[in-house]
Amino acid sequence: MADVKLIGSPLSPYVLRAILALSLKKVEYELLEEKFGEKSELLLKSNPIYKKIPVLIHHDRPICESAVIVEYIDEVWPESGFGAILPADAYHRALHRFWTYYVDDKWFPSLVAIGKAETEEAKAEAVERVRAGLLLLEEAFVKLSEGKAFFGGDRVAFLDVMFGCFVNWIVAAEELVSVELLDEATVPALHGWAVRFREHEAVKEVMPDSGRVLGFLKILQAKWKADAAAAKKKL
Amino acid sequence: MVAAAAEVKLLGMWASPAVRRVEWALQMKGIEYEYVEEDLANKSAALLRHNPIHKQVPVLLHCGRAVTDSLLILEYIDETWLETPLLPRDPYHRASARFWAKFAEENCREATRKAFFARGEERSEAIEQLREQLQRLDEELEGKKFFGGVEIGFADLAVGWLAFWLGVSEEVAGFTAMDAKKLPRFAAWMDDFLRVPVIRDNLPPREKTVEFFSYYRDQQLAAAAK
Repeated sequence: MADVKLIGSPLSPYVLRAILALSLKKVEYELLEEKFGEKSELLLKSNPIYKKIPVLIHHDRPICESAVIVEYIDEVWPESGFGAILPADAYHRALHRFWTYYVDDKWFPSLVAIGKAETEEAKAEAVERVRAGLLLLEEAFVKLSEGKAFFGGDRVAFLDVMFGCFVNWIVAAEELVSVELLDEATVPALHGWAVRFREHEAVKEVMPDSGRVLGFLKILQAKWKADAAAAKKKL
Repeated sequence: MVAAAAEVKLLGMWASPAVRRVEWALQMKGIEYEYVEEDLANKSAALLRHNPIHKQVPVLLHCGRAVTDSLLILEYIDETWLETPLLPRDPYHRASARFWAKFAEENCREATRKAFFARGEERSEAIEQLREQLQRLDEELEGKKFFGGVEIGFADLAVGWLAFWLGVSEEVAGFTAMDAKKLPRFAAWMDDFLRVPVIRDNLPPREKTVEFFSYYRDQQLAAAAK
């Protein structure tokens, strides 16, 4: 339906969140892919403040910020496809949102730091921080899943989407620096969850495989290195 | 659903804008609660137990559950006590309110923090950023008295810290970001917001707040210098 458009690329985990939500709801949409390194007129017009993807355009009105977009999708199409994404009760909604903040503010930046690390020491430090974060998320998973398959219990819910968008990024990072991060020995519950999440009908249809993510991560790494070198030259 | 006072507890700190934000919401909804003042230099066992990762106020305790992070607490309050809704009903307007809340909470706070603590170029850049952000907020108020429309709502509560604490920051750190002539809509909003009874009656005393942040700033700058 041309009424729903999404600006972005599935290689961005934040865009993937919106794609996963639309897939779970079985809502048809048009994907307007941005070229890496360029920002289209439409993007700049629709998201003048952040100038970032994803942007959802519905009835010609833009909605920005991945968490805001996923909640919007959940509210506009509450019963469609696999049903509700946000948990039913207020307390679980608060917990899913809390852990999403944690993933965005603390955990994902440490994963990115692995890619940006210039020394072995910096890399090892970043790996430790990622692992420490995964241990916390493991605990959260055990508490929230109550022995079931997903953070949402029997169903894929908000935190599954907001954290699950990174599962192949974790695999790509593991390959990039030859370390295990989401391994069965240290984080068994999360390890199992990641496998099930990837296999979910709505997820496997849309999630880029780790090979593609790794390719993209290498391009990003080259860009980060170039940016860092340029910044050093300025000093 | 009316909660008995003992059922709702708020761990807070008197000078914190994030804590006041929660109190504004509780009071708008007429929810009775017990307020517990935390000494942040000597955090209570309760605070550390209920917010082990961030160890910060505010923390809302309700029926044995702990909810942390002021914007999350606002959503929790709105979803649990349905009178006087904070978020609008329409999904697009809800998305808009959440967007502006995030903008005020992340971007504006970060720029203000830098303007407050940083020196030299970092500071002047931050002040410039803050000015641009205030301009965005001013533009958003086109045709509206409040971000929530005719009455204050979720976005106003999220942006609201600027109405009081921006002036405090400017005074303590000696910078000017807000220009009432350039941003008349935002200036009017600041006045109107502070005049809303629930807000007006729930602000820390200004002089005491200036003193507190002055002391806090001196402390942080001295620690950074070591």
